[in-house]
Amino acid sequence: MQNELTQSRPYEGYANRTSRLIRRWRDSLWQALTLPMFAFIGIPIAAIFLGLTPETIWRSLQTPQAIQAIRLSALTSFITVSVSVILGTPVAYLLYRKRSRFQHLLDTLIDLPTVLPPAVAGVALLIAFGRATPIGQRLAELGIQLPFSTAAVVMAQTFVAAPLYIKSAALGFASVGCEIRRAAALDGANRWQIFRYIVLPMAWQSLVSGCMLTWSRAMGEFGATIIFAGNLPGRTQTMPLAIYIGLEVDLHTALSLSAILIIFSFTTLLMLKTVLNRHTDDTLVE
Amino acid sequence: MISRKVMGFLTAVVALLLSQCAPQPAARSNSAPQQVELTVFAAGSLTEAFTELGTLFETQHPGVKVTFNFANSSTLLQQISQGAPADVFASAAASFVDKAVAQGLIAPDHVRIFARNRLVVILPKDNPANVQSLSQLTQPGLKLVLGAKEGPMGTYVEEFLNKASASQAFPPDFKEKVYANVVSYESTVKGVVNKVALKEADAGIVFLTDAQSAADKLQILAIPDNLNVAAVYPIAPLKASPNLAMAEKFVQFVLSEEGQTVLARYGFLPPNDD
Repeated sequence: MQNELTQSRPYEGYANRTSRLIRRWRDSLWQALTLPMFAFIGIPIAAIFLGLTPETIWRSLQTPQAIQAIRLSALTSFITVSVSVILGTPVAYLLYRKRSRFQHLLDTLIDLPTVLPPAVAGVALLIAFGRATPIGQRLAELGIQLPFSTAAVVMAQTFVAAPLYIKSAALGFASVGCEIRRAAALDGANRWQIFRYIVLPMAWQSLVSGCMLTWSRAMGEFGATIIFAGNLPGRTQTMPLAIYIGLEVDLHTALSLSAILIIFSFTTLLMLKTVLNRHTDDTLVE
Repeated sequence: MISRKVMGFLTAVVALLLSQCAPQPAARSNSAPQQVELTVFAAGSLTEAFTELGTLFETQHPGVKVTFNFANSSTLLQQISQGAPADVFASAAASFVDKAVAQGLIAPDHVRIFARNRLVVILPKDNPANVQSLSQLTQPGLKLVLGAKEGPMGTYVEEFLNKASASQAFPPDFKEKVYANVVSYESTVKGVVNKVALKEADAGIVFLTDAQSAADKLQILAIPDNLNVAAVYPIAPLKASPNLAMAEKFVQFVLSEEGQTVLARYGFLPPNDD
């Protein structure tokens, strides 16, 4: 305390300046504690890229298995995000309104897939929708067979990834003050109009960031997919499955696909942090 | 500025500390020679048999702790060549041990064949697709599950299908039609067994030993000898093993009459019986 007072005086002696340097040196020491964690996470990520040249990546990606995997991952994760938005937005709205008597129960239920091991999700889906189960048999009568189909990949991804969108959207809805909604209601807006013209525009950033989180998670889904949907190139073999299986034959293809997933996830998350945050700052300035 | 210099200095210190870490494990194992930990890398299909063998070996050699790493043979080879600390490698196919020999990880004269296995077709207990013969594997709409083409199972299944397609008893496009029925290439043989036992698939092709591990939920359709494959299981101590003598003892134990009795109980065939 006393030191700070001396330091703030306009006339600094040489001794003072030295002590300030020492103190700043001492104060920044804690930053060294961040090094192990940064190194621990950074080194493996860097190692993926170290053994790769752009040509190797390009050549590995020409293989039919890689092309099929990328196409399938893009398709299924896109459908997963769409399904999450369509079926998840009402859930998010319900959770945010906190009207339901089973509020905590429902909230926890939605949280559950994000903490469960994906293998549990896969087994659960298989036991619920598999061919030998009552639901599976009803579906089979309708001519629908879920296991080993692309639809099963989407189901596995949605089960694991949709909660991320729902939670993010619910937080976004909650950030809209109830005064604004009441004011709109006083002006004669009905419930749908309030949602469409007040809540949705104010919460869109949370919806978009929720979509991106769900998308990244869906792209990376492995455990539930390999158990529930199996592994067939072109139909259920997404990028993470191709990486896992490919590791046993062709390290380069596996590394190239890994590199693509890393670049994709990094860009998505970075975009979330920069673009969306900048927008928030702008709104605040206005 | 200063803080950046400090960070640079500390980075160097941390790097130095990290580089010092490497030789320590060796020092640790030297300080406690009586407690030997033997790490055995074994193919997934050996899980039950080797777990029992490990327990038996431990009771006969006090102070020895046998730990296992069970996985696909090709995964194991990857891990070993990336420097995983293994003492013994037991593979489900000769090719993987051959590769390890080629990479200088195993001395060629230390490789022994300790068991053989054969392929069978497995069906769910109630056989929903009503498969009675091998030729029905091509029946349209049949849901067939196989091991990953990249693993040893994939190679063996392809060998069987090649032999069948070449024989008089099957049409020449047998192999293509069978592959067209595949709904999933599972990453492990256990995955194939589970998918069939859960009735998700109508049929699968696995080793006889894997089929026996879930015998109560499966029907087994034999593959005749002339179409079957010679799946041999080689075992060898690794050159880099710090417990080479103990590793060699474990190999001898697997080959011993006692070891062979255990393996036979799990459905493995003896190494040289024609």
